[in-house]
Amino acid sequence: MTSVVVVEDLLLLRDGLVRLLSTNGLDVAAAVDSAPAFLEAVGDHRPDVAVVDVRLPPTFTDEGLRAAIEARRRQPGFPVLILSQYVEQLYARELLSDGAGGVGYLLKDRVGDVRQFVDAVQRVAGGGTAMDPEVISQILARRSRASPLAGLTPREREVLALMAEGRTNVAIARSLVITTKAVSKYIARIFAKLDLPPSDDDHRRVLAVLAYLNSMS
Amino acid sequence: MRSTPIHPMSDHPPAGLQRGAEWRLARDTAALLAGGLISLAAIPLLVLALVTLVLGPLGDLGLPFLAVMTGLVRPLARAERCRVGLVTGDPVPEAYRPLRGSLRSRIRTLLSDVGTWRDLGWLFVQIVAGAVGLAFLAALVVGPLFMATVPFDYLRGAGDGKVLDLLPLGAFLAALGWVGCRPVAKAMATLSEQLLAPDETAVLRAEMAHLAETRDETVDARAAELRRIERDLHDGAQARLVSLTMSLGMAENEFDRDPAAARQLVIEARASARTALNELRHLVRGIHPPVLTERGLSGAVEALALASAVPVEVDVVLDERLPAPLESALYFMIAEAMANIARHSKATWAFVRLWKEQGRLRLIVHDDGCGGADPARGSGLRGMQQRLAAFDGTFTLSSPVGGPTELFAELPFRQ
Repeated sequence: MTSVVVVEDLLLLRDGLVRLLSTNGLDVAAAVDSAPAFLEAVGDHRPDVAVVDVRLPPTFTDEGLRAAIEARRRQPGFPVLILSQYVEQLYARELLSDGAGGVGYLLKDRVGDVRQFVDAVQRVAGGGTAMDPEVISQILARRSRASPLAGLTPREREVLALMAEGRTNVAIARSLVITTKAVSKYIARIFAKLDLPPSDDDHRRVLAVLAYLNSMS
Repeated sequence: MRSTPIHPMSDHPPAGLQRGAEWRLARDTAALLAGGLISLAAIPLLVLALVTLVLGPLGDLGLPFLAVMTGLVRPLARAERCRVGLVTGDPVPEAYRPLRGSLRSRIRTLLSDVGTWRDLGWLFVQIVAGAVGLAFLAALVVGPLFMATVPFDYLRGAGDGKVLDLLPLGAFLAALGWVGCRPVAKAMATLSEQLLAPDETAVLRAEMAHLAETRDETVDARAAELRRIERDLHDGAQARLVSLTMSLGMAENEFDRDPAAARQLVIEARASARTALNELRHLVRGIHPPVLTERGLSGAVEALALASAVPVEVDVVLDERLPAPLESALYFMIAEAMANIARHSKATWAFVRLWKEQGRLRLIVHDDGCGGADPARGSGLRGMQQRLAAFDGTFTLSSPVGGPTELFAELPFRQ
């Protein structure tokens, strides 16, 4: 069973998250409310993944994000899923900067879609990526004129966006109602157009795409 | 309020003393000439003032005279204030009490303003001092002319020795003019400065008026902002939450009878909740962007640049967080400028630079776009002005047609 540490300072949300995760087949090893307690719990329980709120006491700024980066510095590749009331491309870039994978960054509202949220936690725990669609659309919304992205067809852009969120081929196929084979074909074409080296590994592929998108900014 | 302009020729003449001296002479003579002209103009005004004073006690008859007189004396005094700047390098500040309201209250303000009466005193002194100045100026001009007539006289062959007497007189006058020109110009300037500089109360009053004005603007902007937030909440998130409650309530009723319908209602409720959250998020960003709280101005501006459709280089050099109100004002100003660049400029590149220098914060937002931005149009630039005014800041916009556009803002900043 995947073990999780939950870091959230608001009691209401913390209890909700614990209930949601444990009724959906995850083992909540600890639920804490501050950055130091988070780092301690990671040391004590060795969880598979941490779900962390960006804003934590005492300053209620970005302690959660800093603590997550610190946890990944101590233990490279430690899977972290950051939750926030809003998303900022700047933070996504910082989270992804070590290029190690196992990173999630989602709006808190996504918790409402239980199946997708649990799926995202599992994916991150497995070393995958879960980027909020809003982060991706923020990145894709700019530079549409002069960048190589302009050369993509609308369908290819859709596939790219879903891939950048961290979805697997199967999930992309399901969401666009096409075959996985078609998805592979789209992805191969996208990689060719963006001049990225092809890769069979799902996680590595996503990281390559995100690194590419971030490098444009 | 009072600036310290740079005047290279004042006390320390730079390389080439000779040139400095010539310069000074030219400037002093110009100042004396201008002073003389002002004093000539002062004569009829003094007469007018005396007439006004005589007619004043007669009631309404004196009032038009009073209006005409101050209407003429003040511009002349303003000219003299600038003229003093020619000599000292520092124009004399002006601070009359602002005229507001009905004609009667304007007149009352005029009469109770110390500046009005001090101006009259100045008129009198100016006439005398200006005449003295003109006399020295005349000596400086006539002296050499006298001296020049001597050789001419001889050349014409009519030298009878009489004209020779003019030589020492001319030399004396020229020397007098040459030596006296500067002290007289300076003395006149000092005298005018004494008489025309606003007294401390007037300075404070002017500052107060300025503060009241900017405060009014800030309060207005605040109120408009609150109204907008109220409306957004009312029509947005609040309405969504109401519909969400309704959906949930109906679902509650339907659960036993029709589970499928109840399920549909719950799905709708969740969609409502999501939209409400979305709207709240946008609203919060507009009130105070979270990233500004979390990362301060440099992080927030970087985030803005990341989201910008035009590539923006960010160079925010601050060694510590600014006070929150200042941070917020600057952030929204930069956001507005960047939005304008994206919307109108057709720029391919822009930069934002913010730094501290000599107790002031300076901001430049520059783009290589098509220019032609007009501060008189568009409420955005007006909003910027209001935001800055609350911090005693100023901004200038240079945007020639064809570009580039550069916005420069400056505001005092004390640690």
